[in-house]
Amino acid sequence: MASRTVFLDHLSATPVDPRVFDAMKPYFTEVFGNPSSLHRYGLQVRDALSKAREQFAFLINAESPEEILFTSGGTEANNLAIKGIAYANQRKGNHIIIAETEHPSILESIAFLEKQGFTHSKVRVDKLGILNPDDVRNAITDKTILIAVHHVNHDIGSIQPIAEIGKIANEKGIAFFSDATASAGWVPIDVRAMGVNALSFAPHRFYGPKGVGVLYRNRKARLVSIIHGGVQENGRRAGTENVPAIVGGGLAAELARKEMPQRIEHVQKLQKRLMDGLSTKVPYLKINGPPCGPHRSPSNVSLATEFIEGEGQLLLLDHHGVCVASGGSCVSKSLKVSHVLSAIGLDHALAQGSIIMTLGKDNTESDMDYVVETMAKIVEKLRTMSPMWDEFQQGKIDSTIAPRGIGKSFTEHAAAVSGHREERSTTR
Amino acid sequence: MSDTKEYTLYNDKVMDHFMNPRNMGDIQDADGVGEVGAAACGDIMKISLKIQDGKIQDARFKTFGCGSAIASSSMATELIKGRTIEDALKFSNQEVVDALGGLPPVKIHCSVLAEEALKAALEDYVKKHPEAVEHAETAATK
Repeated sequence: MASRTVFLDHLSATPVDPRVFDAMKPYFTEVFGNPSSLHRYGLQVRDALSKAREQFAFLINAESPEEILFTSGGTEANNLAIKGIAYANQRKGNHIIIAETEHPSILESIAFLEKQGFTHSKVRVDKLGILNPDDVRNAITDKTILIAVHHVNHDIGSIQPIAEIGKIANEKGIAFFSDATASAGWVPIDVRAMGVNALSFAPHRFYGPKGVGVLYRNRKARLVSIIHGGVQENGRRAGTENVPAIVGGGLAAELARKEMPQRIEHVQKLQKRLMDGLSTKVPYLKINGPPCGPHRSPSNVSLATEFIEGEGQLLLLDHHGVCVASGGSCVSKSLKVSHVLSAIGLDHALAQGSIIMTLGKDNTESDMDYVVETMAKIVEKLRTMSPMWDEFQQGKIDSTIAPRGIGKSFTEHAAAVSGHREERSTTR
Repeated sequence: MSDTKEYTLYNDKVMDHFMNPRNMGDIQDADGVGEVGAAACGDIMKISLKIQDGKIQDARFKTFGCGSAIASSSMATELIKGRTIEDALKFSNQEVVDALGGLPPVKIHCSVLAEEALKAALEDYVKKHPEAVEHAETAATK
């Protein structure tokens, strides 16, 4: 086992803060009531949920804790927002506008709604993954009932101009929802200043537990339930609440808000060190998405390394104790290149060589130096194994990152060698 | 992590061939070279062969691809060394899968790519040495 571990996948999970864990404990064993019960056990827990609602409202500057709905996670919150708002407004229209780089929980909800008679427009993003609010305005029709644009992109950390889109949506009286699962806890959120009517997030990205998601929703976003049963969450989401996770998530939200300036300052410093280090020490490496600064989440580092593939990098990094996420290349479950990387126009081969690192409050500067050093080592190892590196040295193919003007592109080369065998290998 | 178990994405055999690939590299004066790509995922594999007296004396690979693609090419080159051209032409990806102790279903195509790279290298050799196959066929009918 590696002598050192550096966890750089904080967008998938974070360790529960010990203060949060302590706050959760009594809710498993002593304060175990069901908040729907009318006796003292139930009422006590109901109080705890109210407190958590206040803490979540505090994180995003919601006007009232009543605007906070609990779900099982970010995915359910996104499903509830998209489907719930669409169905509640189906008499007014059937058209939904989204960004092309939404999370799969949004894209698949939209795909489901398409089969039920709804339609949608996808707004394009630029090379940094940011959309133009004017394109949202231009996509609006008299049938538009919902605009959904994520706050921060999961893969490349781009921050969308939410407040500007909010203005357009409010002007036109269209419900506006933002998926903030990649930003909550790491980028300040003010739902009132942003002009959103609904917003989702999940505390396991900021040192809270898994198993709870939050959907903020104000009066302007009419919503119907998609999970039916009892009248929990004012009839908007049936099912017994995950009380310990909600209590823990609430405290995690409060801590995230209070400690946010320090957390941002810390990860931003690490982000710069890591990006600069990698760019200097690893040749033919490109940072995907916006540069460090106001348009990028301070915790995201997405990179594309040329002439090698992403999974090999992930496996070797893991071997050296560095845990990262795949940029959606030849990963274990899907062979498709990430739709986000395609959307920003990244060359297929570069997209294949992409990995994502997300920083956390416990990472250190020396961790970053170790990652840079390790990355330089493993990239070199993988390149010695890659026929593409050879062919690049021989001038048969060219670099996309720093073209020399000699040889054909990787994509042309790949197409030439794939040739007639294509059909066979895809059907096997 | 307090757990002492080593958690890896693939089984020990695949991880071993990925971490310590056998026969990685090129053969300078190769008798046959095959380079193929998988349209499904974009991986590219190159196998070069040294052939003497109708037998594969040496096999080397270079791969642009995921862990299982690298392990598959490493294993394929191990398996093929010492085989006659005739035997090598019957080589199937299943041998790679079995020798690696199995691959995840979504990664089976990596072993197919190894088979194709090997066959492309053999085709290249046969194109240059048509007499070799005739010889092999005559040998087979005897």
